[in-house]
Amino acid sequence: MAEMQVADKGKKGGKPAPKKLSTRVDLTPMVDLGFLLITFFMLTTSMLKPQTMEISVPSKDKVLEDEQNKVKASQAITILMGKEDKLYYYFGTQENGVDPEVIKTNYSSEGIRKMLFQKNFDVNKAVAELKKDQKKMSEVDYKNKLTELRSVKTAPVIMIKAADDANYKNLVDILDEMNINNIARYAIVDITPYDLGLMEKIDPAK
Amino acid sequence: MPKVKVPRKSTTVDMTAMCDVAFLLLTFFMLTSNFVAKEPIVVAIPSSVAEIKIPERDIATVLIDKDGKVFFGLDTQQDRKELLNNLGKSWGIEPAFTEKELTEFSKISMSGVPIEKMRAFLAMKPEARDSKDAALGIPTDSLNNQFKNWMKIARKINPKLRLAIKADQQTPYKVVKGVMTTLQDINENRYNLITSLKQVSTK
Repeated sequence: MAEMQVADKGKKGGKPAPKKLSTRVDLTPMVDLGFLLITFFMLTTSMLKPQTMEISVPSKDKVLEDEQNKVKASQAITILMGKEDKLYYYFGTQENGVDPEVIKTNYSSEGIRKMLFQKNFDVNKAVAELKKDQKKMSEVDYKNKLTELRSVKTAPVIMIKAADDANYKNLVDILDEMNINNIARYAIVDITPYDLGLMEKIDPAK
Repeated sequence: MPKVKVPRKSTTVDMTAMCDVAFLLLTFFMLTSNFVAKEPIVVAIPSSVAEIKIPERDIATVLIDKDGKVFFGLDTQQDRKELLNNLGKSWGIEPAFTEKELTEFSKISMSGVPIEKMRAFLAMKPEARDSKDAALGIPTDSLNNQFKNWMKIARKINPKLRLAIKADQQTPYKVVKGVMTTLQDINENRYNLITSLKQVSTK
């Protein structure tokens, strides 16, 4: 204990009482030190572990190209990412020499998310219902169900194509949208000159 | 009439309690803390809704800054030591890296120096290593893809290794694509993208 009772002395005698010397230690510097160290630790620690987004890409075999061709045009959505946060999408592919209609959009929740949400409406609805019952089932069950719901054959297939001058944030944003909108089938594909041409056509560079 | 003696009270506040609290908090922070690993460059990571936490062990971090410089970090000193040792051998560095150089390298949590400049880099003072000029980045271009080697060796050292890519928001996609293609080349098909948490409302 820092504080101790000092025995009273010399009360009875006629001598003048000696000055009472407290044995109490001043703890203020100690507190200062304590808080200094706390501050140091608070500033140097990373309390929040960063989150990660898991992605797996197909191995570099020729499987990929076959896969692409198999995607039904009616289900395919191609997202094009251009420079300066420009974003476009189109449905299907070129048919009989007619270019698909390219629509310009943006990264906001009213832009690309709305479109994807509506395109994947059935899945989103099912997932929302599943989430209501989440508490009733185990973690594993929930995850399995979720994967099952997401990989419905009728769900749209997204092709993500980024131009070289798009930035990393754009890519993460789009991958994020896939998560938000419960889209399980998407692929990051190299952009083709054809797509670049489509972008150029709708938004000619000045 | 006897005077009523008012006991003299000290005006000093008892600091014991305060001190207790301070040290309690201190202990808490010391125990819960994991230090921020020093990174050669500052990157602003993008945010996402992903909620998967990054594992603590067996993680290799690929750091990409906005100029497209690539850095590579392993999480244990032992692994890092072995990495440099093997890198030196595979690159035919003569004479081989000394024990001192290896130890020096193992102290750096994340490094990005072309292997031919590694010796000069390790000879620098620790303060000088932090400077902008020292942060060269690992060459990733197709003619001199040292990053591929780094990754291959790291995988050999620790087969359980998981890969995390930490890139700046403004990194051009071209650079990211380059790194991803390299990873694909050596059959690294699963990796994590490090992001910070963002709240999103879904209608």
